[in-house]
This record gives sequence, structure tokens and C-alpha cells, in this order.
Amino acid sequence: MQVKSEPEVNLQTASSLGISEEEFQKIADYLGRTPNFTELSVYSVMWSEHCSYKNSIHWLKTLPREGKRLLVGAGEENAGLVDIGEGLACAFKIESHNHPSAIEPYQGAATGVGGIHRDIFTMGARPIASLNSLRFGNIDLDHTKHLMRGVVSGIGDYGNCFGVPTVGGEVYFNDCYNQNILVNAMSVGIVRVGETISATASGVGNPVFIVGSATGKDGIHGATFASADLTEDSAEDLPAVQVGDPFQEKLLLEASLEAIQTGAVVGMQDMGAAGITCSTSEMSAKGQVGMRIDLDKVPTRQAHMQAWEILLSESQERMLIVGEKGREAELQAVFEKWDLVCEQIGEVTEGGMLEYFFHGEKIAEVPADSLVLGGGAPVYTREYTRPKYLEKIQRFKPSSVPAPASFPDAAKKLWSSPNLISRRWVYEQYDSMVRTNTMSTNAPSDAAIVRVKGSAKALALTTDCNSGYVYADSYVGTMIAVAEAARNIVCSGGIPVAITNCLNFGNPYNPEVYWQFVHAIRGMGDACRKFDTPVTGGNVSFYNQSVYQDRTEPIYPTPTIGMVGVLEDSSLHTTLNFKEKGHHIYMLGTPHNDLGSSEYLRHVCQIPFSPVPHFDLDEEFHIQQNLSQIIRKKLIASAHDVSEGGLFATLVESAIASKLGFEVESDQNFRKDAYWFGESQSRVVVSVSPQKEDELVNYLNTHNVPFTRLGEVKGESVVIDDEDFGIVQEWEQVYLESMAKKMEHAI
Amino acid sequence: MKFGVIVFPGSNCDDDMVHVLQNVMGCETVKLWHKDTHLAGLGKGDCIVLPGGFSYGDYLRAGAIARFSPIMQAVSEFAQDGGFVFGVCNGFQILCEAGLLPGVLLRNANQQFICKNVHLRPMTLNSPLTNAIPPNQALKIPIAHAEGRYYADEDTLRSLETNDQILFRYCDSDGQITPEANPNGALMNIAGICNRQRNVFGMMPHPERASEPALGNTDGRGLFESLLRSVSALIPA
Repeated sequence: MQVKSEPEVNLQTASSLGISEEEFQKIADYLGRTPNFTELSVYSVMWSEHCSYKNSIHWLKTLPREGKRLLVGAGEENAGLVDIGEGLACAFKIESHNHPSAIEPYQGAATGVGGIHRDIFTMGARPIASLNSLRFGNIDLDHTKHLMRGVVSGIGDYGNCFGVPTVGGEVYFNDCYNQNILVNAMSVGIVRVGETISATASGVGNPVFIVGSATGKDGIHGATFASADLTEDSAEDLPAVQVGDPFQEKLLLEASLEAIQTGAVVGMQDMGAAGITCSTSEMSAKGQVGMRIDLDKVPTRQAHMQAWEILLSESQERMLIVGEKGREAELQAVFEKWDLVCEQIGEVTEGGMLEYFFHGEKIAEVPADSLVLGGGAPVYTREYTRPKYLEKIQRFKPSSVPAPASFPDAAKKLWSSPNLISRRWVYEQYDSMVRTNTMSTNAPSDAAIVRVKGSAKALALTTDCNSGYVYADSYVGTMIAVAEAARNIVCSGGIPVAITNCLNFGNPYNPEVYWQFVHAIRGMGDACRKFDTPVTGGNVSFYNQSVYQDRTEPIYPTPTIGMVGVLEDSSLHTTLNFKEKGHHIYMLGTPHNDLGSSEYLRHVCQIPFSPVPHFDLDEEFHIQQNLSQIIRKKLIASAHDVSEGGLFATLVESAIASKLGFEVESDQNFRKDAYWFGESQSRVVVSVSPQKEDELVNYLNTHNVPFTRLGEVKGESVVIDDEDFGIVQEWEQVYLESMAKKMEHAI
Repeated sequence: MKFGVIVFPGSNCDDDMVHVLQNVMGCETVKLWHKDTHLAGLGKGDCIVLPGGFSYGDYLRAGAIARFSPIMQAVSEFAQDGGFVFGVCNGFQILCEAGLLPGVLLRNANQQFICKNVHLRPMTLNSPLTNAIPPNQALKIPIAHAEGRYYADEDTLRSLETNDQILFRYCDSDGQITPEANPNGALMNIAGICNRQRNVFGMMPHPERASEPALGNTDGRGLFESLLRSVSALIPA
């Protein structure tokens, strides 16, 4: 089926669209002929890593993807859906927008936020919170500051206008992200059980509508772009970056939810990567039907758009809706009310073929099933080999790290690390309070707490990943990422329920990168099984690496975990700040002589290669289970987990949040630097009133929970072993103001 | 007293405002649609609220397009007849653009969106929005805006002062009105004002985000309580 004015198709054309020789042959087999350029483009985007998960799905299937709370299977719908009780469900998902953000940070990040929210409300859920996970390069580089300013204002401007609070997230800096930053955005929504909408087409003869914004030339081949290495020429791919309009998205949200209420919506899917191509093929394949689409009926932003451009455009703020035949007017009235386009562009057909027409001429015809994951899309398992750098990590000798000459000086140096200072400069640019559900604004805790209006419940939300740990040991490091997410939720009073993941890795054709990927998945699976937090879906982002003149360097493997937990009663919310002078400070968990992969080693000692910190999954689970009980018995006044910066940073953070000082003592059985700055896992600092101290200690003893009495909330200063490290206010000043100072001259 | 909360395209604090008025304060509250030309039967002694958000995407300038919404003509007449009109954040911006309040709101001095708790000092007891709030105490109420820098010419500022139209000024936690306590560069630290007739009010901070114990802050409740008290004094039940 040759279409006039289209380029000729051969192996070279295929290769320029990222299709291998083997895949080109496979396409010809499916069609029984050589594809034309439009068809080839369709396969190119649908079989891209971004849409097909072809290099990852084999391993993703090994993750635990079932649980009693799960209402849809992993990957079955646009987002995961878990039952939170009282007839309510929570839809949530995290997704990357790394490559676009590296090229155009503002729009890249903004459309990342827009895209993930659409995944939630296309299911009929109202987004109530968003989170993110960001990685940048060296914060002292002008380029990093430029990217950071753009990303933060992009996330802010989109989310703020859309009217969903950004309630949590993480920001870390490491040279490995100098060129290839990571922007992962997560959205969380609420819907009544049974009122969700599926991304499935059904009912032969039912009308197919495109709603929302008009279609332009932005973002063409974006999915393919996201599935290739970033190179110095990537800036030339700028048209592959989409442009966001949060105002349109807000209207689309309200109109979509209202349209669902009419009962005339059969199925709905948002248009993200690969636009009309992806939404028509996935909805059709899932419903085992076909579609006839008239591309000339699609409202366009500019004249003279080619059919394949309309088909592949990634213009934002659009949805594909299959409506009930005969009820077209009801749907159209809703969108007209919100001043949005709602145009019928085709209908559901029998037989599973996607037929695209342009001014009456059929320009492409492909079997829907051949395009999609689980259907005809290729599945690969790649070779992997143990990375060579691990030898360097194993060669690390703790004895080579000298004790600091001055502990207060070492602590101050550590405290100035960009990875420990407050993210206030970032989060104050996000509306964190709109929708008036954010309980953690005035009562800070390890996870963000968002109440669910109309119920006693609250959600506990967090994103976590220390990629340095995953670099040092992909299996254990990823278990730690899951464990830390769960720990944050438990410390805040919640019970972990399920996760979504954003798997940011280098090039999967690099066997060392693939080794990291495989081991990360194994670690994630083991940890998720232990915590009974199934994987509800997520996103894989390969090809994250920096290309230098003489070499290519993958990013640290960064499998970000987005976890949702539930507080069955929002009064269980437990905060991280000390409460009163005279309260006692305890550490739950076991200390170790362990400095592995700590911020202290990296930032203060300048040692980049060291093993992952101590971690034992059973021990972690035991601590969390008991902490959860202690909170339900109302025994403690605060809880804060030990993570980056070690015990020292945990204590200072609890002190700053309360404006109270503390006095604590070292345990002489451990190196003092390891005791205070080490990051061995499964530890939580709690404070307890003198009245409840005996009951707490009794509980810990009878339940075999290891603990240490560290000291007392006292005075205005940080005091360790009777040495005054300075007043809390000074620590607070450095904490709160450092990032703004660094960003002062960003452009 | 009935409340009507206007929904403009892009309003996103409308649900929050309705929630506080209806569920927290227990008032009868209806939503009003921007395309309507009537006010759903609201009359004197009732209050129209223009909520926060990004009406029309804040494209062109915050509030600049919303003032041309069909419903704004009715709001204008309602205000002229002495009805209460209360604009928060984007609502304040719209009231200024519509000429129902003097001055304008410019982009924040640091050129960034700012969301955080700030402190406000109520400046007068002589307004329905502030008459039940003990004077000179600092209220902790959050802001969330990119364009909140209050600006007016000198004559306007002087008349605001002379006529006691300044309702709130940014202050520190001790109630001191200092340059450091000014989050956005607003002239005279102005956070909220009323018109000369004292029936139209606008403020940048969000009292509806600070009216519930569950959110750990009830400093904003006093504004709603004031409003209810003044109206019940005006119209015996």
C-alpha cells in the first residue's frame, strides 16, 4: 500500500526509525507485505522500548503483581488500582520524562507531570496528590542549575495550575547525571470502587472520539527519541519534545470525570507517547476489536499536516474516548460546556484491524494486536555480565578511612552536602496544599500524609531510591529502596500497600547495565514479597547515559520506588519532630561498624567506591512490624528513619523541625564516625515521654526489638558525648538556606 | 447567609472553599458557573466568593480574562447593591482586574511561585472579614501564588490607609511588619484589602487552607467567623 508523497521504505528507512533488520522482517511477516512509511512509523513507536517494554518485560513479569487489595492487574490499565476500604480505591503510577527534560527542562518536566495525571483520570479517578523523584548532576555546574531551575518551575507551573498538590518527592545530585538528568513524576488519585473506566474499546459500531486539545506537530517520534541514547546531537531532536498546557488539562480533567458520570463512556485512554497510534491500538487490542479512523477529522493546530504526523503527534491534553452509539450528543454536551473539542474520528470495527484513512484514502492498515505488548511486540532477553567496577567496590577497606580530626568539623562538612540540605528552594515553588488534604504541611513526617475527605483514612505517600546503593549492589540496593519507602510509611503511621516503579537505567544492550537491571528486579521482587507490597505498574526508562568524547557512562541504576500506604485512621499520623524537652531518644535497630556508600564517604572523604550499607530484609521487616505496633499503642512522640547522613542527620532533622536541642552519647563498641555517619539500614530514631518510657522499653524487650538509648531532648544545642556541636538554629540556617544560595545565580 | 462560589475555567480552590464553608462552617453554599448571568438567587446579606486557581490559565495576566466572564457583570451589580464579595488569591486578582478593588497584583519579586505558611497581621476591626479577630496578633495562613505583589500608585495607597481599607499586612510570627516578612515584595506588605464601602474584600493568602484541626492550622477560621457574625448582626435570623 504505497501512499504518494511518502518516503520509500527499505531497511535503511527502518534503521533510521530505530527498527532492527529482524524487526523489519517481523513486520513484513505480520502484514504479508512491506509496510509503507506510515505503517513503519507506527511500528517504530509502538515497538520502541518506551511503549513495548521489549527489553524489560521478561524480567518485569517476575515481580510480585498480585495481592488481595489489587483491583486491576499490573500493566492492565493506565495505572495501578488498589482497594483502600470504605468503598474507595487509589489509582497511582510513576513515570519518567528524562530525555525531554534533559533537552528542554521546563516543558519536559511539565509534560511529564501532565502525562502522569492523565493516566490517573483516564481511569475515572480524581488526582489528589503528586510526587516526584529528581536526579541532577553536580549542583555547582551552571548547566545543572539551568536544568534544575527549568525542571522545578516546569513541575510547579503545571501542577500548580492543574490544581493538584505536590506533596512529596526527592532530589539528589551526582556527577553521573550531569548530562542525563532524571525526572520521574507520580500521581495519586481516588475513585469509588466500581466507578472506574477501562482503556478498552468494545461494541462494534460505537463511535470513537478525540477530545481535548487540537493536534499539532509537537512530539512526533517522542517515544522513539526516549528510547535512544542521549548524544550531543540530541538537541536537534527538540521537536520531539512536547509542549504542555495545564489549563487545558484542568478542563480535560473536569470534563472527562463529568463525561464518565453520564454513563455514555465505554472506554477511555489518554494520549501520551505515540498519540493516536498508541491509544487506538492499545484500546482495540485489549477489546479484541478494530477501529476505522479518519485522520482528516482530527482537529489540527496547523494546516497541511501529513497523515503520519497526525497519527504520531504527541500533542498533550488529549484523550481517546469510545462512546455508546446513540449517546454522542450527551458526551458532546459535556465537552462543549468545558469549551473543549470533542470530535468523532471513527468507529469500532470487527476483526481487530486498525484502518487509518485520510480524505477517503486508506493510508495504513495494521492488526492492532501485532503492535502491542503482550501481542505481536517483540520480547527480548539481553545478555548480562557482572560489571567490572564492582571489583573496585570490593577493594574498599574501612581501615583506609581515617577518623576525622574534629567531629564537629566533619559533621558540618557532611551537613553541607547538597544531598542533605533542605529542599525548601524546590518545594516552595510547588503548591503543596491545594485541595486542603495535606496533613504533613504543618506536621512533618517521613512520608507525605494526605487525608481522604469523606473517610477517616489518610494515604501515606513516598518516593525513594538511593542510586549509590544500587550502583554498589543492584540486588541489595533495590531491596533497600523498597525497604526505605516502606519504612517512611511505617514511621508516619501508615501500612504499606503497594508500589509503582520507575526503572531508570543505561543502555540495555550494554551487558553490565543489563546485569544491574536484572539484579535490581530480583531485589525489588524479594523485598516487595516480604512487605506484601505488589508492583502495580510503572515505567522503564533505558538509555540514560552520558556520552563523552572518549567514552559512554551510564547513570547509576535508579529504580525509583513510589509507594502508597494507608493510615486506617488519620489520627495515627506520626511526625518526625521532637516534641518536648525531657523526652528520651531511642534508636530502634542495630548499629554497625559500617560506612559503606554513605554520604559521609562520598562527600567528606571523597571515596566514590564502597560497598552497599548493611541490610537484612528479615531484620528490616521485624523492626517495621514492631514500630507499627508501637505507634498503634501510642507509645512514642516522634519517629524518623535513619537514611542519608546517618544517625547524626536523623537527629539534627528531628531537632530542626522542633527547634529543640538534644544530648546523646556514642556507643564505645563502634567507630565514632561509623556510629554517627554510617548508613546501615533498618534503624529508626524515636522519642518518648518519661511517662511512657518504661512501657516502650518493656515492649521492645518482650518483642526482641534491638534498641539503644541515645539520650535526651534537651537545651538548644546539638551535644554529642558532652561536646557542643553548636546551636540547632545554626544547623537550621545552613540546612534551610544553602540550596537557595547555590541557586542564586542560576540561569 | 448563603455563599456562592464561582467556578471559572481553571479555578482550582473552588472545592476547598465549598468544603470549608459547607462542612466546616456549616453554611449553605452553592457553586456558580462563570457562563451564567445570574447569581442563583443570592441577594443582600449573602456572599459571593471568587476562589483561588488559574482562571483561564492566567494567560495574558492573572485575572485579566476572567473579569470578562458573563457572571462578572452580575457580581459587579451585586457588589454595588452592597452584597458581600470575597476574593482569595486568583479571586483577589480578578477583583482588582475588574476594578472592584483598587491596585494590581504583580509577579512576585523573586520571579517564582511561592507556596508556604506566612504570617498576617489584621489591621482593622472595622470590616466584616476581620471584626471578630483579636487585633495585632499574627495569623499563620499559607500563600500559593506567582503573582501576589500588591501594587498601587501613591494616591491609592494613601487613600487605602486614610480609609482604613488595609485588612492584612505580612508580618513575622511576632506580628512585626518587616521587609523580611514580606514574601512577594507587596507594597506596604499588603496582603489583603477591602473597598471603601467595606463589602468587597480580597486577599492573597488562603484562609480556607487554615481552617481545620486536621490540617494542623485553624488561624484562618476567624475570617469566616467574622463574616458570619457580621451578617447575622445585619440580618436577624
